[in-house]
Amino acid sequence: MEVFNMILLGFLVVCAVSVSFSKNLLNSILIFMSYSLIMSIIWILLESPDLAITEAAVGAGVTSILFFITLKKIHALRQEPKEEEKDEPYQKTE
Amino acid sequence: MSHIRKQSDYEKTFAFRFFRWLGGEKDTFVGNMEMQPQKEYIEEEATIEERMKDRQQVIAEVYDSSHNKELRFFNGLYKCFSIIFCIAIVFLLVVTVSYLPSVGGADKPTNNQVPETYITDGLKDTGAVNVVTGMILSYRAFDTFGETNVLFIATCCVMIMLMVDEDKIRENKESNDRTFEPKNDVILQIVANLLVPMIFLFGIYIILNGHLSPGGGFSGGAMIGAGMILYVAAFGFDKMGRFFNEKVYKCVKVTALICYGCIVTYYFLTGANGLPCLIPLGEPGKILSGGITLPINIFVGSEVACTMYAFYALFRRGGL
Repeated sequence: MEVFNMILLGFLVVCAVSVSFSKNLLNSILIFMSYSLIMSIIWILLESPDLAITEAAVGAGVTSILFFITLKKIHALRQEPKEEEKDEPYQKTE
Repeated sequence: MSHIRKQSDYEKTFAFRFFRWLGGEKDTFVGNMEMQPQKEYIEEEATIEERMKDRQQVIAEVYDSSHNKELRFFNGLYKCFSIIFCIAIVFLLVVTVSYLPSVGGADKPTNNQVPETYITDGLKDTGAVNVVTGMILSYRAFDTFGETNVLFIATCCVMIMLMVDEDKIRENKESNDRTFEPKNDVILQIVANLLVPMIFLFGIYIILNGHLSPGGGFSGGAMIGAGMILYVAAFGFDKMGRFFNEKVYKCVKVTALICYGCIVTYYFLTGANGLPCLIPLGEPGKILSGGITLPINIFVGSEVACTMYAFYALFRRGGL
């Protein structure tokens, strides 16, 4: 169980770092979702199932959905990103 | 004897002005305040040219990083210092954490009389088998009341920013995809048909058993809210409006908050230290026990569920 815990904590660190380093916003949100899922498993291992339920429902569910809607609103979710990437103003300034 | 006042007399009273203000029939600022209509800002040709020239000049002289030695030096220094700064902060935090006392020891500073009282007297005082929920909702009911208020105010703020008039939603129904959700996806609808009732039932179970088993108002409410979001995503806002529209939302939310406030006030005035209290504690372990924990759980749950759904609906469509 100790080893399993260590692996989960390692995943947590990897997820947290890769959220900020991922260039694609959609990928960032997906990684953030997986961060919440791992966190909820850790809550169960720490014997607090109520927090695990809340983390799974709010962190992995509702927050990510709100992020998705926001991305859709600001037109950052593209069908073919490779073609339209060129006229994205915020990537030009890089 | 009461008699009907004349209209001219009534118009002088405070009540008339108050109800006129409440109904929004007259804007008190119009006529009393100096106002200027907003003009559209139109930029002249000459200023645009000048601005572009300035911009080009700035780019050529200041941001010319390949020739500007100072800038290159500064950029390098900036990167070095930012890395050093981050490492220093991480090092400091790790050192501080290593000095913290480990969790759960008997002689640790967190292990004082406060958790001891909660654990030993919790069941007797609150009647809730789940000590955590008993603690949150009766010893610290005032904290939780503040949190519920935060949820209420948060949805109000989102409403102020994102709410669109109902007429406008109907006007733009064809032009944008806000109103109809994912184009009647069959797989999603069948899965939602199976899952949504179970999610609702499990959420209600968690709320009602908050004082007996892990969980409580917030977890259960978040689950019900997530179930509602799934239902809307599968079947659209028209079907959702049959059982949950803005009117229901307002009723549930305001009623939950007011009832919570009343119960907490009453409990704080009478509940503690053996004073007579109308709310019975009940037999520990039964579903109808736990004093104020069960009703407060229900109110918090409905509040949270409404908040979750309202966030989604306001972000998605601009209305409930």
